[in-house]
Amino acid sequence: MTVAGMMKQFQVVGRHMANVEHPNPEAYRMIIFAPNPVIAKSKFWYYMHQFRKMKKTTGEILDCVELVEKDSQSVKNYGIWLRYDSRSGTHNMYREFRDVKLTGAVSQLYDEMAGRHRTRPRSIRIIRTSIVADEDLKRLNPMQYVGDDVKFPLPHRVASGKRGQKALSARTYTKNRPTTYFG
Amino acid sequence: MTFTRFMQVGRIVLINYGPEEGKLATVVDIVDQNKCLIDGPADITGVERQVISYTRIALTDFLIKIDKNAKSKDVEKVWEEEDISGKWEATSWAKKLASRKRRVSLSDFDRFKVMVAKKQKAAIIAKKMAA
Repeated sequence: MTVAGMMKQFQVVGRHMANVEHPNPEAYRMIIFAPNPVIAKSKFWYYMHQFRKMKKTTGEILDCVELVEKDSQSVKNYGIWLRYDSRSGTHNMYREFRDVKLTGAVSQLYDEMAGRHRTRPRSIRIIRTSIVADEDLKRLNPMQYVGDDVKFPLPHRVASGKRGQKALSARTYTKNRPTTYFG
Repeated sequence: MTFTRFMQVGRIVLINYGPEEGKLATVVDIVDQNKCLIDGPADITGVERQVISYTRIALTDFLIKIDKNAKSKDVEKVWEEEDISGKWEATSWAKKLASRKRRVSLSDFDRFKVMVAKKQKAAIIAKKMAA
């Protein structure tokens, strides 16, 4: 897998090549998270030849379609079961993310695994994803943001030093300490 | 330092950066510690329902009572009842933004008129101070 970035969700359907003894081989469908359909199809074969006696040369892809989020206007909790390789072994993990789309949650997953565990996208295999109800959340961070009366201030607001500035000298030196309190 | 403006459902925010810069929006749901779901409502302020980062918004003093993840129409109804647009235009924050915008859009002739007006004002004040 190359640089993750914004993941997309693909449904890839493939089967073994048809021949005289098996004119209608069984088709298999996989949901793959990848940045583009080329990588999605490649990942399909990566997994398929682990599970079945089928590979790119002996099989054919029947369909590769991008799945688009049905409701991208409401925030949902996503639970993601994954398997990843660390420097000394491979482990299972379960993580939860709050996002508006499943692909957003998966992108967050890749960024977080990279940040917290130095895991490259190639070492991450997503086993299963699902939408988790507010009551069934297991991880503390997303749990903080569910509920009807979530309320918190935005303290110590640090402005981006580069925003709106033209010259390096405009942001390197200033005669006033910046204010970070905006109520 | 006590905080009076909170990130919460119903908070009116001003967008500071991005394609919707300068427009108001309502917080409809909180995603996590870095971003929230906002809605104009689209028919009033022109901001579509979207996820936005806290670094791009500024909290205002206005708060409306809406349900979490309320529909655009319901947000619109409460917005109209409270007349948030009117209340916002009356704040000195909004007036300052408007005057800054006006200043940037002045033509050379407008700037000449401003110079003349400033001179007249200074002359009146000087006369009053001398007397």
